[in-house]
Amino acid sequence: MTSTEPRPIGFGRLQRKEDARFIRGQGRFVDDITLPGMLHGAVLRSPVAHARIVSIDASAALAHPKVVAVLTGRDMEARNLAWMPTMSHDTQAVLATDKVRFQGQEVAFVIAEDRYSARDGLGLIDVEYDLLPAVVNARTALDSDQPVIRDDLTGKTDNHVFDWESGDRAATDRAFARAEVVVEQDMLYPRVHPAPMETCGAVADFDRVSGKLTLWCTSQAPHAHRTLYALACGLPEHMIRVISPDIGGGFGNKVPVYPGYLCAIVGSIVTGKPVKWTEDRSENLMSTGFARDYVMKGAIAGSRDGSITALRVDVIADHGAFNATAQPSKYPAGFFNVFTGSYDLEAAHCHVRGVYTNKAPGGVAYACSFRITEAVYLVERMVDCLARELGMDPAELRLKNFIAPEQFPYESKTGWVYDSGDYERAMRKALAIAGYDELRREQAERRDRGELMGIGIGFFTEAVGAGPRKHMDIMGLGMADGAALRVYPTGKAQLSISVQSQGQGHETTFAQIVAEELGIPPEDIDVVHGDTDTTPYGLGTYGSRSTPVSGAAAALVARKVRERARMVASAMLEVSPDDLVWSKGPPARWQVKGDPEQGVTIQDIAMAAHGSVELPEGVEPGLDAETVYNPPNLTFPFGAYICVVDIDPGTAQVTVRRFIAVDDCGTRINPIIIEGQVHGGLTDGVGMALMELIAFDEEGNCLGGSLMDYLIPTAIEVPDWETDFTVTPSPHHPFGAKGIGESATVGSPPAIVNAVVDALQPYGVRHIDMPCTPSRVWDAMRGQGTPPQ
Amino acid sequence: MHVTLMINGEEVSRVVEPRMLLVHFIRDELGLTGTHWGCDTSNCGTCVVLMDDEPVKSCTVLAATASGHEIRTVEGLEVDGVLDPVQQGFTEEHGLQCGFCTPGMMLTARWLLDRNPDPSEAEIREAISGQICRCTGYATIVRSIQWAAGRPRDETVDR
Repeated sequence: MTSTEPRPIGFGRLQRKEDARFIRGQGRFVDDITLPGMLHGAVLRSPVAHARIVSIDASAALAHPKVVAVLTGRDMEARNLAWMPTMSHDTQAVLATDKVRFQGQEVAFVIAEDRYSARDGLGLIDVEYDLLPAVVNARTALDSDQPVIRDDLTGKTDNHVFDWESGDRAATDRAFARAEVVVEQDMLYPRVHPAPMETCGAVADFDRVSGKLTLWCTSQAPHAHRTLYALACGLPEHMIRVISPDIGGGFGNKVPVYPGYLCAIVGSIVTGKPVKWTEDRSENLMSTGFARDYVMKGAIAGSRDGSITALRVDVIADHGAFNATAQPSKYPAGFFNVFTGSYDLEAAHCHVRGVYTNKAPGGVAYACSFRITEAVYLVERMVDCLARELGMDPAELRLKNFIAPEQFPYESKTGWVYDSGDYERAMRKALAIAGYDELRREQAERRDRGELMGIGIGFFTEAVGAGPRKHMDIMGLGMADGAALRVYPTGKAQLSISVQSQGQGHETTFAQIVAEELGIPPEDIDVVHGDTDTTPYGLGTYGSRSTPVSGAAAALVARKVRERARMVASAMLEVSPDDLVWSKGPPARWQVKGDPEQGVTIQDIAMAAHGSVELPEGVEPGLDAETVYNPPNLTFPFGAYICVVDIDPGTAQVTVRRFIAVDDCGTRINPIIIEGQVHGGLTDGVGMALMELIAFDEEGNCLGGSLMDYLIPTAIEVPDWETDFTVTPSPHHPFGAKGIGESATVGSPPAIVNAVVDALQPYGVRHIDMPCTPSRVWDAMRGQGTPPQ
Repeated sequence: MHVTLMINGEEVSRVVEPRMLLVHFIRDELGLTGTHWGCDTSNCGTCVVLMDDEPVKSCTVLAATASGHEIRTVEGLEVDGVLDPVQQGFTEEHGLQCGFCTPGMMLTARWLLDRNPDPSEAEIREAISGQICRCTGYATIVRSIQWAAGRPRDETVDR
């Protein structure tokens, strides 16, 4: 937008408030914080994947003139902090005592006067390891000859984490038995990493006099983190203040609590000084929350005329050495069971088996909407496999099987109730923008010339905005979010919210939500977030839940303020509250029914509410309000994606030529921000589909531990994005919004892989696992299977 | 050892360890935290600053190496309350989300536009290809730089 366009009061293309500080280098990230007397911490990490710790000798480190203290597992044990609870009701070692269970695991914490001396200290600690064989392949992790990783758990004799199933197995078996066509396909959604540009870190400042701990931390969920620290450390919750300042990207990587945070806290308690810990990139890639790692065996059933009847999948889920996925308690595989996608099926069943391996813990991260990335990839690849088997166009097969608009609210075969959707409209729009028929003609011509061009379709339905709290909790904390709105006498306002931006622009969009409801311009609304001392309780920003949950809270608290204002307005205008009607204006105001000349704005009312106007009996002065929003259901954004790729037959290099994304996230608050989030997610998709991989060798050494090995798209690997939208509001959300943050990350990988496989049709390639790097595509073109990871 | 350099037009002098990286010199010694630290391997580009008007990754330049040279950081883009057109462009075209890669991206953009006031899209993409953004998908960064292209500094206003 150019600056000559009018600024919207409520929803619309408003430039971001946040930008002013970031373009000047005035953002305040955790590592930017320096406190007087602050010390620096560094984590010593295991060089091996699996080993018994024989001894740790830190005496040389302690002799370093600038090293102040060294913490080991024994020191943590003395404080009952060698282990901490994870967000999946497991435990995770803070500093290893008995064994190390993955390469990069935390072993000791050195505290020194400066960054470099802390690193020096790491090199002076002598750890003797007794090597153990590593469990690397999730497929064989449960074999009887495999070492038991979690021998710390009483009675544990294998590497099993959980079994979970959803849907109707018998009905699905029957549907498959009578199906005319059945297609099976094994596929791997490989381990990837969110790798936000800012790594994780913390500054802990424990005040020995007051007993209050202040923790600046890279946290997407400051309130939940505070509760966890209270439970883990035994510190009283009201004496912990967690502050998430500016966060340099999260994508799910900053949801879990990491050992480094606890080390910084204990370090500050022990030394009596503030302690900063900032991990480096290798530490981020090797030890913090990874994503995916699902080994999937899919099967799809249908009729010869192209009706999809049933879907089945068996999954082995690699959870690493500790089950530390951050997801609702009752959903050990996240929302993977939304895998029936956008199609009206007769039956479906999924079974997920979680296993421990000697790899870093995590699993739910990287904008996955709690495993919906894996679910959408599975169904969209399977639908393409079926289309191929039937000789049907993949767009046509999808259009034939979509849930129809009149079927909403639609209950899926795994029990989800989709709120609203018009899938055909989005699909047809994407096909029109792409010029689909023309692309197919071009593809045929190129094929005749020996060129490899592929067209891939991906259609997704997400389930975002967790809770409802009755069904969804993290560590027993119901997934609801609070909002508090204060309106000052001059009509300016402050909104405090429980969610935390990592770049989503909450300071702008949440001001727009209140502006839409009250008519106060967004620039007059200050949005406060990221500080547990100044914001209401709530579960934080991940799973695309800010707009569906906290955004709803913001709208509802504004409506509470509006109702309070109505009482004051009735006193000001000397009419009954029932004789007032809210007009959106402009100017937005309470006005007298049948006499629109008589009215007062929220700004007029604010001064009166704080002033001396005589208020009716029982009406409190002021306009402030608070609320907690517990969503009645999730919201279900959807979208139609089309990808066009070219593959160089000589080098097997895949180039994404075009990418068309038609998204429907319900009511749109700020299209600038929505488009930006879609662009970012599509780039993630190119990364995952073509480049990104956290692989391990047979000894459990991480092969993706730096950005030289873990390849992330730059500006030359991605095209200019072609985005468009439809609007199908959520019927249960206060203003019809659904959430957009993860849609493109979820929806784009299958479109890209479908395009790659489509391009390789002349070679008879039916499937290729991500990432479709030149070497893997080259192998596929020569009929060689993808080597297992 | 003594390190003396020009930073955003001002001479500074500090005694530091010979091994100190320029990024830590700028952040920790000078307190200019707009320059970020993201990878250690010269891949991410959040630490890009201009050294004698050329972009360098300050995580792989020693402060000692920079001694005697002229360094420009994001804090030096705005002059006398007037934003650089690049800064303005990033705001106008939504060229940032979390803001972590932004300082490095803007400095490379400034370097590019000083040499090539009217770059093609391909030239812009090539120029920033040594830097990673995890949020924007690059299209809006390209547009931000296009916005700034051909706009001399005095045409922009402070916001």
